[in-house]
Amino acid sequence: MNTQKSEHIRMKLQKSSVGIAGAGGLGSNIAVSLARAGIGRLVIVDFDTVEESNLNRQYYFRDQIGMVKVEALKEIIHRIDDSVKVDIFNYRLTKNTMDKSFHNVDVIVEALDDADIKTIFIEEVMQKFPNVPIVGCSGVAGYGHSDRIITKKIGNLYMVYDEKAKDSNDDVLMAPRVILMANWQANIVLEIILGEDK
Amino acid sequence: MIKVNGKNVDFVEYETVSGLLKRMKYVFPNVVVKVNGELVKRTDFAHTIIADKSEVSVIHMISGG
Repeated sequence: MNTQKSEHIRMKLQKSSVGIAGAGGLGSNIAVSLARAGIGRLVIVDFDTVEESNLNRQYYFRDQIGMVKVEALKEIIHRIDDSVKVDIFNYRLTKNTMDKSFHNVDVIVEALDDADIKTIFIEEVMQKFPNVPIVGCSGVAGYGHSDRIITKKIGNLYMVYDEKAKDSNDDVLMAPRVILMANWQANIVLEIILGEDK
Repeated sequence: MIKVNGKNVDFVEYETVSGLLKRMKYVFPNVVVKVNGELVKRTDFAHTIIADKSEVSVIHMISGG
């Protein structure tokens, strides 16, 4: 291992903060990966509670069914590393106040499920914070077709994107693709914070 | 000529974002559109005119997450 590189990365990530909108299939897996990578502070917003049907792809456990997702996620993160600061907010993100909890973060991650809410979130957050990078995701449903996934970058917006994927209401949501795209988003977050790995 | 998602597309005078989406047969209700790097909100699609040589990016937001 390159200890000099590793120490540089550790220090930089420890000082960084990432906001995550949504703690479902994408958000729960993104939060855990970023905590393991060493991000110093995570801000996580979600309104939902853990259900049995979530366990096929979301980073929760059977004994957490019924718990508020953000609380369950904070518990998991602190079982991995209790030095990560985790600020959790248990409410539904709604139009005109999408930016509310994301004022002091270095990168914002869109990890929502409904297409309309995803669009509104990205529009509002890009307007409110034109200089903050946003990492979104579109097209997680189904299985296979990993090679269709791309990173589409337009200015400060980075989209993990499969334009040929179906709407999740007409398809299935399964761990491999959801977690692949979640970690693709987390990997982009690291690249934004650390710069390109050379 | 304008560019839409990297492809060359004929320029049409006084065409709005709504008009372009229709012409490109992008019928999805949830799209994020940037013209020359600037976000165009959905509520502004009908009255935002696209200039010649513009670069337009259209991202289709699909449910699931």
